[in-house]
Amino acid sequence: MTLKEKTKILGKDDIDRALSRIAHEIVEKVKDVGGIAVIGIKNRGAYIGRRLASKIENITGSKVPFGALDITLYRDDLTEVSAQPVVHATEIDFDIETKKIILVDDVLYTGRTIRCALDALIDLGRPAQIQLAVLVDRGHRELPIRADYVGKNVPTSLKEVVEVKLAETEGKDEVVLCELG
Amino acid sequence: MAEKKTVWTKKDMLGLEYLSKEEIELILYTAGSFKEVTTRQIKKVPALRGKTVVNLFYEPSTRTRTSFELAAKRLSADVVNIEIETSSVRKGETLIDTGRNIEALKIDIIVVRHNCSGAPNILAQNVKARVVNAGDGWHEHPTQALLDMFTLKSRLGHIDGLKVSIIGDIAHSRVARSNIWGLTKLGAKVTVCAPEMLIPDGIEKMGVRITTDINEALDDADAINVLRMQFERDGALAFPSKLEYFKKYGITAERLNKCKKNIVVMHPGPINRGVEMSSEVADGKNSVILEQVTNGIAVRMAVLYLVAYAKGVE
Amino acid sequence: MNGQYLIKGGRVIDPANKINDTLDIIISGGKIEKVGKNLSIKSGEAIDAKGKIVAPGFVDMHVHLREPGREDEETVRTGSRAAVHGGFTSVLCMPNTEPALDNPAIVKALKDIIAKDAACNVFIAGAITEGRAGKNMTDFTKLKAGGVIALTDDGSPTPEKIMQEALKRSKAAGLLLIEHCETPELSAGGVMNKGFVSTKLGLKGIPSASEYEAVKRNIELAKKASARIHIAHVSCKESVELIRKAKKDGVKVTAETAPHYFALTDERCSSYDTNTKINPPLRTAADVEAIKAGLADGTIDAIATDHAPHTDSEKDVEFDHAPFGKIGLESALSVSVMELVDKKTLSWDELIQKLSSNPAGILGLESGKLSEGSPADIIVIDPDKEYALKQESIESKSKNSPFIGWKLKGKISTVFVGGKILMRDELML
Repeated sequence: MTLKEKTKILGKDDIDRALSRIAHEIVEKVKDVGGIAVIGIKNRGAYIGRRLASKIENITGSKVPFGALDITLYRDDLTEVSAQPVVHATEIDFDIETKKIILVDDVLYTGRTIRCALDALIDLGRPAQIQLAVLVDRGHRELPIRADYVGKNVPTSLKEVVEVKLAETEGKDEVVLCELG
Repeated sequence: MAEKKTVWTKKDMLGLEYLSKEEIELILYTAGSFKEVTTRQIKKVPALRGKTVVNLFYEPSTRTRTSFELAAKRLSADVVNIEIETSSVRKGETLIDTGRNIEALKIDIIVVRHNCSGAPNILAQNVKARVVNAGDGWHEHPTQALLDMFTLKSRLGHIDGLKVSIIGDIAHSRVARSNIWGLTKLGAKVTVCAPEMLIPDGIEKMGVRITTDINEALDDADAINVLRMQFERDGALAFPSKLEYFKKYGITAERLNKCKKNIVVMHPGPINRGVEMSSEVADGKNSVILEQVTNGIAVRMAVLYLVAYAKGVE
Repeated sequence: MNGQYLIKGGRVIDPANKINDTLDIIISGGKIEKVGKNLSIKSGEAIDAKGKIVAPGFVDMHVHLREPGREDEETVRTGSRAAVHGGFTSVLCMPNTEPALDNPAIVKALKDIIAKDAACNVFIAGAITEGRAGKNMTDFTKLKAGGVIALTDDGSPTPEKIMQEALKRSKAAGLLLIEHCETPELSAGGVMNKGFVSTKLGLKGIPSASEYEAVKRNIELAKKASARIHIAHVSCKESVELIRKAKKDGVKVTAETAPHYFALTDERCSSYDTNTKINPPLRTAADVEAIKAGLADGTIDAIATDHAPHTDSEKDVEFDHAPFGKIGLESALSVSVMELVDKKTLSWDELIQKLSSNPAGILGLESGKLSEGSPADIIVIDPDKEYALKQESIESKSKNSPFIGWKLKGKISTVFVGGKILMRDELML
């Protein structure tokens, strides 16, 4: 199966603007900015989360703890997936207890990844609050999960794939809508 | 953090002889991820939830069994321990029958420790359940060697190019064999050091240097792995006396002082203090013996996880 | 039953009579009536052997038929059928039965079973010591009178003092002494060849010295006693060298090897397949080469199978716990063709000699040749036939062969034992 590129959803500047907006929304909505910590879901969510954390720091002027979460071990489809996922380390070097966690991922789709991430997070401790920020929400939820902050809502069909490319991994920032061909 | 492209496709984990460099690296990488889990307050992940692991031990071993049991439990697997008494002539159920009976209980993974070399290989050929070797005869003890390498890598940052000496009863050691396969595959230069009667035939063909001189083994070594000496074997003495052995091969502070400053001292345990090494060395700053024990859980979690979800295996 | 047959148009290879020619053979009354060109018969059955080899029936001087005592592993009936299936028309069965063949009464009992059940000629080797225990010698003269044609404690070596005496007594009795050469102090506890592979596998090794030290001792003793000795299942290069030198020195020594010693090395043990656990053990590539050289230059006289049946339940265990031995009657020819003839170690004539006339000569049997008037023990071989050895095609009661699943070449097509047709067009009758 090949992926055919259809339309560009977000360019480099769009991504940056979307994250800036989300950062402002977070600061506005979460009153106690000192308690904010950002945790990105590996791999792309972690890169986006790191950017978001520094934007929040720029606004508030105080340090925002950041961590990266690997959710492989919490997946509910380990026996079904075609290639065995490699287990990466979770890198959270602060205590999440009583923190207001902003959980970050690139694309919100079925909601299963977020379910795994919530389980994984709660095994690490008891945060005061968990909120969800995503760059793109493409719909088609299979679980009762919604994002608190969305970069862009993109209506999609099930045949389509949202590809997020990042400078850290692909060398450039771009979100494109592709079709399975 | 380098992305690991290797996919685990092996049904069983029988020995490091049978693994590629990339597969060994994948285990060590995965173990690194699990190491983080073992440092959490809640040291448990749901990766093997609903799976059952049987520890089938034909040889008593509290250490290895406990380590495997904790590894499986921290992956949320259910664990059953079966210990079978053995004597030189067994009259009971055969290994294969036992394996098939365990399998009939819908077990996913059998962790087997056996006094006969090759027993895990024979078991693996006859059951669909995944088989993990927890030590067989003088053959292999792959998870021990993996945790040794993991510990070494954590301490020194790499394995490639390291000079590692394995000291002690090489002839009767599965730990030695697994370490030799693993270390040489990862590019280390391995020396084995023992009294001549404890160096087995043709071991040099495994890619190691042989010496009977402890000073030669210690000189410019980056790490040493000191094996447990068992003096009684098949009713015969492997070496005349404990004191004599300590004098000739024992690792003492005096000997260690002449080595590289950061030399890593490993021992698979349990230690005979004052035989293979002095207490001063065992408890000293170069010793990583307790780290090895801790790392053993992460390494075994990695092995159980990889084997449980091996791709392309029925 | 012993009707008339004409084997027509085959290449007759009869080393004893130095024949290698396209000839016909007439069988009548259980004997070879005529060997010649353009023969015909008025009645009876003609067998077209065009493109095939016609040879004397093979003689296996080393088989374990397990009867009496271990009928779960093999019986005279199943073992002799396996022999016929592999082209062997005569076999010598070893005395390590339960009880051992150490007295005339037990030999008589076995002879009765043979008379009733055997598909081919079954000859008996008696034990050198009572119960093969290596302590008290058996009565060679009485055993001979009872019908044994050779003596051996096969499976166990004979202690030096007893060997000295046994050589004298076997000479006096006119019986061939066959020795299993092993030095127990060196082999104790071992399960495979001692070397790199045993080190790698963590299995206890049996050094070559265990065999060749015993070969050396036995050659010395035979020389001193100026008695004959036959060395069983030669496996290592030092033994070959010792026997070669002894023959040159005029010692009355003969020797056999088995197909696994020139077809397999100890590397085959790497999967812990207990069918590769054999005593003496599979050795190294250098030993295989030496065995082949020994066959080529006549140092090794005969190929015997050391057919050693064991049940699945005995073999499906840890390598350390499995009994030694493998079956061999039904794969011997194919393995020999592939390893020796195809690889130019032996000609067909030489191979047939090692499988028929030489062992027959060592044992003093009438068979092993296609002379007119001889018993009609004749086989027809399809030399180019390729097939896969399947467990279900094995006649032996036990299936412990490391060759199962192998692609083999050279197959027995037709077998006559004493003029009776027992296998026709690859089908056992």
